[in-house]
Amino acid sequence: MKKKDKKGFFMWSKHGLWIAAMLIVIILPFFFRSGFSRSMLSQIGIAIIFALSYNMLLGQAGLLSFGHAVFYGLGGFFTIHILNTVSNGVITIPLELLPLAGGFGAVIVGLVFGWLSTERAGTPFALISLGIGELIAASSLMFPSFFGGEQGISGDRMTVFALTGIRFGKQITIYYLIAFWAFLSIVLMYLLTQTPLGRLANAVRDNPERASFIGYNPHWVRTLQYALAAFFAGIAGGLFAVNYEIVTAETVGFIPSGNVLMMTYIGGVGHFFGPILGAVLVTFMQLSLANMTHAWLIYFGLLFIGMVIWAPSGIAGIIMLHEPVWKAKLMKRLIPSYALAVFPALILFLGTVMFIEISYHLSLSVDPTAPMHLFGIHFRAQSLFPWGITVFLILIGFGLLQRAIKRVRQSWGEVNLIMKKESS
Amino acid sequence: MLEYIFFSTINSLLYGMLLFMLSSGLTLIFSMMGILNFAHASFFMLGAYFAYQISQFVGFWPGLVIAPLLVGVLGALVERYGLRSVHKHGHVAELLFTVGLAYLIEEIVMLIWGRNAVPYQIPNILDFALVNILGTDLSAYRVFMLVVSIGMFIFLFLVLTRSRIGLIIQAALTHPDGVSTLGHNVPGVFMLVFGGGSALAGLAGVIGGNYLITEPSMAAHLGPIVFVVIVVGGMGSLTGAFIASLLLGAIQTFAVGVQVSLSDLLALFGLTPEPSGLLKDFLRIQISHTGPILPYLFMVLMLIFRPKGLMGKRET
Repeated sequence: MKKKDKKGFFMWSKHGLWIAAMLIVIILPFFFRSGFSRSMLSQIGIAIIFALSYNMLLGQAGLLSFGHAVFYGLGGFFTIHILNTVSNGVITIPLELLPLAGGFGAVIVGLVFGWLSTERAGTPFALISLGIGELIAASSLMFPSFFGGEQGISGDRMTVFALTGIRFGKQITIYYLIAFWAFLSIVLMYLLTQTPLGRLANAVRDNPERASFIGYNPHWVRTLQYALAAFFAGIAGGLFAVNYEIVTAETVGFIPSGNVLMMTYIGGVGHFFGPILGAVLVTFMQLSLANMTHAWLIYFGLLFIGMVIWAPSGIAGIIMLHEPVWKAKLMKRLIPSYALAVFPALILFLGTVMFIEISYHLSLSVDPTAPMHLFGIHFRAQSLFPWGITVFLILIGFGLLQRAIKRVRQSWGEVNLIMKKESS
Repeated sequence: MLEYIFFSTINSLLYGMLLFMLSSGLTLIFSMMGILNFAHASFFMLGAYFAYQISQFVGFWPGLVIAPLLVGVLGALVERYGLRSVHKHGHVAELLFTVGLAYLIEEIVMLIWGRNAVPYQIPNILDFALVNILGTDLSAYRVFMLVVSIGMFIFLFLVLTRSRIGLIIQAALTHPDGVSTLGHNVPGVFMLVFGGGSALAGLAGVIGGNYLITEPSMAAHLGPIVFVVIVVGGMGSLTGAFIASLLLGAIQTFAVGVQVSLSDLLALFGLTPEPSGLLKDFLRIQISHTGPILPYLFMVLMLIFRPKGLMGKRET
């Protein structure tokens, strides 16, 4: 009896996270009822698959790619073309399975490009991926029958028959389709990290020479990993096609490639769940910040550079840094110093936001002399007063933050000392 | 036909020298520090914008000197306070730092000078036709650009081979530890090379900005091409970068004028296939339209079949 209990607990602690995630995914649209937020949720789902597939390269195999959107975009184009052939009644494939067309199309292209580009990792791979990305993006306008030229290829998902009998018209139905595929992809990609191939990808990342000594060809391992990453990117692209019913040449371009790189890196490449966090955060920022301010690309760039300089392990890395402290029940020793650091950070943030917003107003608004409003306050960007406040906030915030960081370091030192004592 | 060949040669020489000004700094930075600097073309763009701003106040000629110096100082600061602090996180972090920097510079340029192109004009004193060759005018400014870029090439060559600091740089390219052991300040040399490379890119921006168009997307347009140049030429090889610059300049310039497609070629043999879909697109592509993809095709093939590049001594 006791043994069974233990097993039950084990099952729960191992699978509980997955079950909880599934439940959250199912009930989320009941809390976010507006069309905007539901379409945002759909977009987040697609971004999660895309970012996780990117991390199969960067995080798990150490391959820094600048052209991963090639597979995302091609997956989208394969799917939309299949969608159109199904609409024309040539073949019959249910709508729910259409993203697979993107995946299988991408995996074939991925095998070819993977074999060509992964003989060496590091800089040569990064450059070849950049070259392939630019090559596909530049040639997309040369093959209008596949890429649809300037206006792209569009389709109509309503004319395609569905396995479940649902009419995929409303956003909510598509959300659940995306959620299903996202969940399935996450589970599969997680399981892949546990397979020999996933482990070998890690080994090849860390030391290709030793991996080849034990009899595995690094080139093959990288190629397979690359093709599998392409498969999931293709599924994400296929879902994009089903979601928007249009795919343009921009989806294979440098912008989505750079985007997925930033998402994955901000989320954290060292842990499996990192890219999920990155995809959620970045997609949310892109959609909601773009509504709030024209300067959102600057904030995004600053966030990225800040992460590269101060937190190269990403959000996931920061979270996992606290795991041992949490387990040792020492978080209460860190929290006061964190709380003290929040205020100067807020002041600095406020000052920076004001600085960027006023500059933007002066430089890019239709009438710079018109009064602008920020945080509900109206003022003229030309007067000296707001500039004075901005500089004051930045200086004060920066100065105080320096002291607060010293405090945080100090309490981390104490915590580390205690943990060392306990373990010895 | 002769006229086309002559002017295409001049144009490809100009474009090639412009590419060399960018790639020389980039290839030195890469081979010394191992950093693929994605922000290099952004320094080129900053050079053009700085020169435009200075020319609004005091004219073109002071800008020719001040703007590259400003860009060089900026580059040195980026190396000292940005890259050096990221260095401990490894090469990927350094590379991503420059990616983020390129992104940020583009946004800041848009913030200061707006989203549209700025009217950066060539100076009046050079705005005339120098000679008339084969019925077409050769503008004085193009000759001036050629003179500046060749002058820079000679200067760079002399500095690297004849001066003390040039010898240290050359030594640091292959044996940074040895140079450091001999008591030279290697981080200082890195900063100097990064600043110098940025200044060269800035100079290219000053003389190229008014020849091309000074707009926020100019860095994103030229950046990847410069990578192609250093890969094709061979990482760390200045001679290779020079040859590859001229080669790519020629490929891109000459391709623009050739209005031949595969179906024209087949028609020569009396074949007029009428396929549909992808094959039809493929046959209809004119050589002139392949201009944008040729450099990348070249680079990918080069990396696969000759990873050393044309003149490189080691694999990338």
